[in-house]
Amino acid sequence: MFPYIANTPQDEKDMLKAIGFNSIEEFFEDIPKELRLNRDLNLKPAMTEAEIKVHMEKLGGKNQGKELVNFLGGGVYDRHIPSVINHVISRSEFYTAYTPYQPEISQGTLQVIFEYQTLITNLTGMDVSNASLYDGASAVAEAAFMAVDKTRNKEIIVPDNIHPNTLRVLKTYLHFKDLELVVVPTNEGTFSKAALEEKISENTAGVVVQNPNFFGLVEDEIEEIVELTHKNKALLIMSVDPITLGVLKSPGDYGADIAVGDGQSLGNGLNFGGPYFGFLAATKKLIRKMPGRIAGQTLDKDGKRGFVLTLQTREQHIRREKATSNICTNQALNALAASVYMVALGKKGIAEVATQSAQKAHYLYNQILEKTNFKPVYDKPFFMEFGITSDIPAAKVKEALLKEGILGGIELRICGEQFKNALLVAVTEKRTKEEMDQFVQVLEGLK
Amino acid sequence: MSELFFTKKHEWVKVEGDHATIGISDYAQEQLGDIVFIELPEVDEDFEQGDDFGVVESVKAASDLYMPISGKILEVNEELEDAPELVNEDAMENWMIKVEITNKKELEDLLSEVQYKDFIEEE
Repeated sequence: MFPYIANTPQDEKDMLKAIGFNSIEEFFEDIPKELRLNRDLNLKPAMTEAEIKVHMEKLGGKNQGKELVNFLGGGVYDRHIPSVINHVISRSEFYTAYTPYQPEISQGTLQVIFEYQTLITNLTGMDVSNASLYDGASAVAEAAFMAVDKTRNKEIIVPDNIHPNTLRVLKTYLHFKDLELVVVPTNEGTFSKAALEEKISENTAGVVVQNPNFFGLVEDEIEEIVELTHKNKALLIMSVDPITLGVLKSPGDYGADIAVGDGQSLGNGLNFGGPYFGFLAATKKLIRKMPGRIAGQTLDKDGKRGFVLTLQTREQHIRREKATSNICTNQALNALAASVYMVALGKKGIAEVATQSAQKAHYLYNQILEKTNFKPVYDKPFFMEFGITSDIPAAKVKEALLKEGILGGIELRICGEQFKNALLVAVTEKRTKEEMDQFVQVLEGLK
Repeated sequence: MSELFFTKKHEWVKVEGDHATIGISDYAQEQLGDIVFIELPEVDEDFEQGDDFGVVESVKAASDLYMPISGKILEVNEELEDAPELVNEDAMENWMIKVEITNKKELEDLLSEVQYKDFIEEE
């Protein structure tokens, strides 16, 4: 009777009439003919509930993914997610709540945000954190705006070894505010003080460093870069993988002004590309330049501890037009998952995840160099991700790995033609020796 | 020997030689109500006349602070960072910034104390 959407032909006619059209064809006139489907959807006229269930399961079964062994990284990692996370975030108080920010009815959510902020500041070594942002890339862009706002300069410097997607997001954000993006070429994969020195000036608002960088390498001149940046009265924005902070020096320890990153690694699933969340933490000096929401702790009229959103009047209400950013969105549920993850693992647990990932990555790296014809893209210290290259196109390598049920990595040609045979391989704590040995075996067999 | 000026945006300027001390007027603090935060610039920053150099947040509003004259920041009153309410207590005593005046001619744009009093009465 109905083609899946329950509008009768009469409903359709009435609705078209109400908005002044005679037919659906006329209604879609603005869409070029060649872009329209021009046929009915390939759906049977009707199925019973039982039939639908079988049919959909069959379709769903065609999806590949879960059973594949994942060596894909590039900012998003296949990590073990303790089951306690899903139990906590699935509680309806958290799961179904929509922007519950009135303190009189939302103490739970506000406290979660407050705890999340505390955990992020502990992890990054910064003074203050906001309630989270969309993702790591937009967090870098928001941090760039903070630097521009604080210094009144218009130029942001980034090395060419940050995530290419971050670079693109940054370009878009800066373009529409008439700000300038200066991309500094790096030296053999890492950002050097000398390279920065050539571009930095009194017009610089901020300098971005990603550690580990997109190629997985650990940056080795951050201290010098921070010093040079501050000498030029610019802000240092450090983009980090939160898990690596279990082992590596934190942005706070380096003297960074703003720490940002993608929080997916902290207890969030791969989710086919999202939703994830971005984190942004800064020095106390920059608290009033921070975008987004911040939850604060206070006392109610009886002197009991309570939580409220704070500093929002300035950025989102009275002074909207002067605000660094008018973003009001946070990713509360993802940030909650991250909070449960950080609490469940603790300092030691996160250090353990980081160490295991690094050790396993180095095992795989050494095996590949020892047993196959693949060479490292850069022969420099890396954390848990590395580039390898050979005479064989990366697409072909990936294909061979996929045949064995392995997602081999990211093709580095997205960073330029010089990397056309290179693959970026990530190893998390979840990978086993067998999986890695099989990876090496496939590479060995390639001709 | 110092000279006192005011602006229509309710800042006061005390000029001594090439240096000026700047704060907000008693009328301004009264209009704002209880001040909870004052954001001030960094030493050595340069500003043009009319630029905003900071923000005053009160329980009622958040207002920009405008440079009455062009100049380079010599000193900021750091005491206000932790005790912004001092401005409510005595707006003339608790200055915000000290600057080196870039263009003395701009002083001609400012109001005298008498002119300022007439101005706020009209407001």
